[in-house]
Amino acid sequence: MLYTVKISISLKEGMLDPEASAIRHALLNLGYETDDLRTTRVYTIRFNAADKNNASEKATKMCERLLANPVIHSYSIEVMG
Amino acid sequence: MKFAVVQFGGSNCDRDAAYVLSELCGVDTDLVWYKDGISPSYDAVILPGGFSYGDYLRAGAIAARTQVMDDIRRHVKEGKLLLGICNGAQICAESGFVPGVFTINAYPKFVCRPVYLKVETTDSPFTSLYREGEIIQLPVAHKEGRYVTSDPLPSELLRNKCVAFRFCSPDGQVDPEWNPNGAALNITGVLNEQRNVLAMMPHPERASEKVLGSDDGKRIFESMISYIEQHG
Repeated sequence: MLYTVKISISLKEGMLDPEASAIRHALLNLGYETDDLRTTRVYTIRFNAADKNNASEKATKMCERLLANPVIHSYSIEVMG
Repeated sequence: MKFAVVQFGGSNCDRDAAYVLSELCGVDTDLVWYKDGISPSYDAVILPGGFSYGDYLRAGAIAARTQVMDDIRRHVKEGKLLLGICNGAQICAESGFVPGVFTINAYPKFVCRPVYLKVETTDSPFTSLYREGEIIQLPVAHKEGRYVTSDPLPSELLRNKCVAFRFCSPDGQVDPEWNPNGAALNITGVLNEQRNVLAMMPHPERASEKVLGSDDGKRIFESMISYIEQHG
């Protein structure tokens, strides 16, 4: 069965996020003061899996093997159905 | 003795590295398209600089997962030499040949200029012809070169003599002011535990002739050649 899975990859807590700092600075230039700003990359992937669990397992493997670098990234997986 | 310089789509320092090796150092060097694989006949492999796969996903991430890396893994396991320069260093880290990762610069822009480096160890096949603590000058050219590692910690890497080069001032002060990318403890050249892999962001192949402003980089290649001569 076809599942759509949303994978979000973010930098681990405490990791320097230069892109986020630059964007935060640009927002400040527009008059928006912000306490915090983080970037997350989201992949929406559709693939065949036996069931919801299997879809989640496959997505976890995709993160471990390619999409995330465990040195700097954490990830979350949402099986949309 | 035979060197291989691996070419991925988007490599752009491959010919420079091959030129230095064959024309300036006089060793037999092949440019090898990554799909052709690395045969066991090579004594050393160079992963050159460039933008393999357009730096998509993370710099080096996609090249690190191509089939040629299985050949290179075998090559490294046999104790043979692997040098990753710039994008090649990112590929080495993404492949797990050295710990840590080279990620987006602290000031997120492409930085391209000569920098000073302190030689932290001469106890490696890549740095044996330098003097311990010697200051050399090589160019950097990258946007994703900030070295980050948590296991082992940067201080442990230093203690274990797994750091080959650190950014420094012209007189050898290692401090943040002379760090072009925000790398942990100014680290920009990392050795694996077995000391047969070196991943470095600066470009020794662009500083191997006096006419280019510095030939400080040439001794990396010469060190490798001398190591291979001694160890067969």
